[in-house]
Amino acid sequence: MAESIKKVEATREFRMKQTMPRLTAAEKSEILKKFHPDYKGGSTRALAVGPSKGSKVPHEFADIFESYSLITPENFNISKIDFDVDVLIIGGGGAGAAAALSAQENGARVLLATKLRFGDANTMMAQGGIQAADKANDSPAIHYLDVVGGGGFYNVPELARVLVIDAPGIIKWLESLGVMLDKEKDGSLVGIHGGGTSRKRMHSARDYSGGEIMKVLRDEVTNRNVEVIEFSPVIELLTDGRTCTGAVLYNIETEEILIVHAKTVILATGGSGRLHVQNFPTTNHYGATADGLVIAYRAGCRLLYMDTIQYHPTGAAYPEQILGQLVTEKVRGLGAHLCNREGNRYIYELETRDVESAAIIRECLERNLGVVTPSGQHGVWLDSPVIDITNGAGTTVKQLPAMYRQYMRFQIDITKEPILVYPTQHYQNGGIVINESGETDVENLYAAGEVSGGVHGRNRLMGNSLLDILVFGRRAGAAAAKKSKFVPPGRLAIEHVKKYHKELQEVGVEKVRFSPMMLPDYRRKEQKKSPVPVV
Amino acid sequence: MDKDMPEQEHVTIYIMGKKYEVPKDLTIMRALEYAGYRYIRGCGCRGGFCGACATVYRKKDDYKLKVALACQNVVEDGMYLAQIPFYPADKASYEVEKLTPTADAILSRYPTIYRCVSCNTCTKSCPQEIQVMDYVQSMLRGDIAKAADLSFDCIMCGLCASRCPAEIPQYNAALLARRLYGKYIAPPAKHLADRVQEVAQGKFDAEIEKLMKAEPKTIRELYDKRDIEP
Repeated sequence: MAESIKKVEATREFRMKQTMPRLTAAEKSEILKKFHPDYKGGSTRALAVGPSKGSKVPHEFADIFESYSLITPENFNISKIDFDVDVLIIGGGGAGAAAALSAQENGARVLLATKLRFGDANTMMAQGGIQAADKANDSPAIHYLDVVGGGGFYNVPELARVLVIDAPGIIKWLESLGVMLDKEKDGSLVGIHGGGTSRKRMHSARDYSGGEIMKVLRDEVTNRNVEVIEFSPVIELLTDGRTCTGAVLYNIETEEILIVHAKTVILATGGSGRLHVQNFPTTNHYGATADGLVIAYRAGCRLLYMDTIQYHPTGAAYPEQILGQLVTEKVRGLGAHLCNREGNRYIYELETRDVESAAIIRECLERNLGVVTPSGQHGVWLDSPVIDITNGAGTTVKQLPAMYRQYMRFQIDITKEPILVYPTQHYQNGGIVINESGETDVENLYAAGEVSGGVHGRNRLMGNSLLDILVFGRRAGAAAAKKSKFVPPGRLAIEHVKKYHKELQEVGVEKVRFSPMMLPDYRRKEQKKSPVPVV
Repeated sequence: MDKDMPEQEHVTIYIMGKKYEVPKDLTIMRALEYAGYRYIRGCGCRGGFCGACATVYRKKDDYKLKVALACQNVVEDGMYLAQIPFYPADKASYEVEKLTPTADAILSRYPTIYRCVSCNTCTKSCPQEIQVMDYVQSMLRGDIAKAADLSFDCIMCGLCASRCPAEIPQYNAALLARRLYGKYIAPPAKHLADRVQEVAQGKFDAEIEKLMKAEPKTIRELYDKRDIEP
C-alpha cells in the first residue's frame, strides 16, 4: 500500500491538469451490464407469493418476503387497544419526523413509533447534501432531467416532478426551522456538484448535512409535544381486510405487544442495508432491515424496482474497522480524484453512482489495477489531498470535518494521504409503489422515503434522498392527516396475515424463516439463535 | 458485512467488569458483539454520527476516565468498559418562531449555564473533540454565532452533560444556539425566496409537463446533450 501511495503522490501534479472525458450513453450501459452487482447472474429470484409475485428480487429480500409473521394470527388477541390516534407514523428518521410535523400542522393527533431511538436512521448519517434548483442558472426542469437521466429513465414521472418542484420550498422550510445550511456571507446558499448533476445545486451543512437536519427536526417534533415511542418496531399492520386500520407494536426491551388503532398509517421505515445483499458491507444504520417493506407487502402493497440496489462507490476499504462506511461523494464534489494502484485516473469522477461503482469493480477485479489490503480487501485510491491543493489549505477540515475526524481516529490524515475505497451497499432504489401523496395500494396506508420506490427510478442521485424524505414525508403527513378526518373507526383484524401464510404454505415455503428481522445479528455463529415468533 | 477477523492476537477487556478475550483489532462495538452481546441500545448508526454508543472506560492501573464512541474506537488491552446509551439531561421546550437571537434566549432556558465553573471537564469528555467549555462561555457572552460554529459537529451523545459538575445540558443548549443562528443570524438566501415564489406562480409547470410527456428517445437526447455547469 505504501508503495502505491508513492505512485499516487508522483502522479498528482499531472492528474490535476488532466481532463477526464465523460462516458457516452453506450459506454455507461456496457459497464453497468458487465460490472454492476445488480446484473450479477444468480443473485436474484422471482418472488413466490404476494402482490408482486413473479418479480425478481435479490435472494436476501426474497428470504424475508417468503417468511412467516412473528405473530400467530389464529390466536392473536387484538381486543385491547393501547393507543387510539388519527395518524400513526412508523419510523423515526427524517421522513417520519417530517411527516409528524406536517400531520400535526394539519390538525391530526399523531403517534410516532420507532424501532431504536428517535433519529437513529440513515438520515442522521447523510453527509453530502440536499439538492434543490434555486439558483438563477438552474430550474426545477433541469433538475428533473438530471433525476430521470440518473434513474435510467425508469422514474415514475409524477413522483420525479413533485421531488424537484417541492425542492426549493423544502430548503426554505429548513432555513425557517434554523437548519445551519452552508451559506456565503450574503446568505446565498453554497452549491456544489454531485454525481450526475448538471448544475451546482448540492446544498450542505458541512458534512453533517443529514445529521444537522435530523437534529433540528427531532427538536421541533419534541417541542411540539408529538407523542413518540422509542424501541418499539411495528411487526405487523392491522387491516379490516381492505383498508389499513392500525398496527402492532413490539417493545423490544420489555417484549410487550401494543395495539394501535389509527385512522391512517404512514410507513417511514427507511432502507435495508443491513440485509447485506451479496455480502456487501453497508453504510446504513443498525436498524436498516426492511421491516416496513415486509409488513406492507403482506398487507397488499406492490413493489417496484426491488431488483436494483445502490452501491455507494466510495465505501471505506481500509482500515478494516470502518470497512464499508461512507466516504461522502462531497469528497469527489470538492475535486478529489479516483485513481488506481499506479496513480492513474480511470474515469470521470462525477458520473452517477451506479456507473462509478461498476468502474471501481472493473478496475479491481477485471483490470487487476486495484490495491489489495493486508486483510484481502480490494480498493482504489480516492486522492483526497487534491482538495486542499485545489481549494486552499483548510478546506478539508472546514468542509469535511466528519471525514477528517473519522480517519484521524486511525492516524490517517486525509489532507496528506489518499483514502482507499470500494463500493458498499448504500440505498434501496426501489420499494413500495406510491403516488404523489404517498398513498399506497392499501387504502389509508401511506409510505414516504427510502421504503418507497419509483421516485429515483433505478439509480438515485446524491442529494436527492434527503430531499425525497422531506418532500414525501411532508406530503404523506398532510395527506394522511386530511384523510383521517373522513375515516370512520376501523375494525382491527389480521386476516391478511392468515391469507399470506396460506399462500406461503401453498407454494411449499417451510415455517423456518420469520420476519421482519428487526435487528441484524453480528455475534459469532455459535452464539446466534434463529429468530422465533414473539407472540 | 462486518467480516469475522482472521485468527489473530487477542486482548483482555472488561465489559461492565466482566472479563473477555477479544481479537485486538476490533472496534469496541464489534468486540462486544464478538463477546456475545446483541445490541438493542448503545448502537445506532455504527458510523460515528448518531451518539448512541457513547462509552466510558478506564485502563487497568490508570485512574483516568476516558471516553470513546464504541463504533469508532479500537479496543485496548485492559480496558474497563461501560456504555452510556442514554443520559437524562434537561431539554427546554420552545417555539423557535417566537425567539430572538440573544444570550437570554439560551440562558433563560438553560440557566445552569450560569453555574459553569470553567473546569473544562466537558471538553475533555467529548468524543468529537469539540471545545465544549468554549462554546458554553460563548453562550454566556451572547456570542451565538461562535457557540453555533464551535458546537456544529456535536452528535448529542450526552457525555459532556454526564460529567458536568454544574449539571449543564450542554448539547441541548448548543442545538438551540445553532437553530437561533440558522434562523435569525445567518442572512436568508434571497435567490431561494425568489425561486419559491416562481414555483408558486407555476413558472416551471409547462416545461416539466413537456418533459414528463416526452418520447423516450427525445428525453434521452435532451439528457445526453444537456449542458453541464463547469
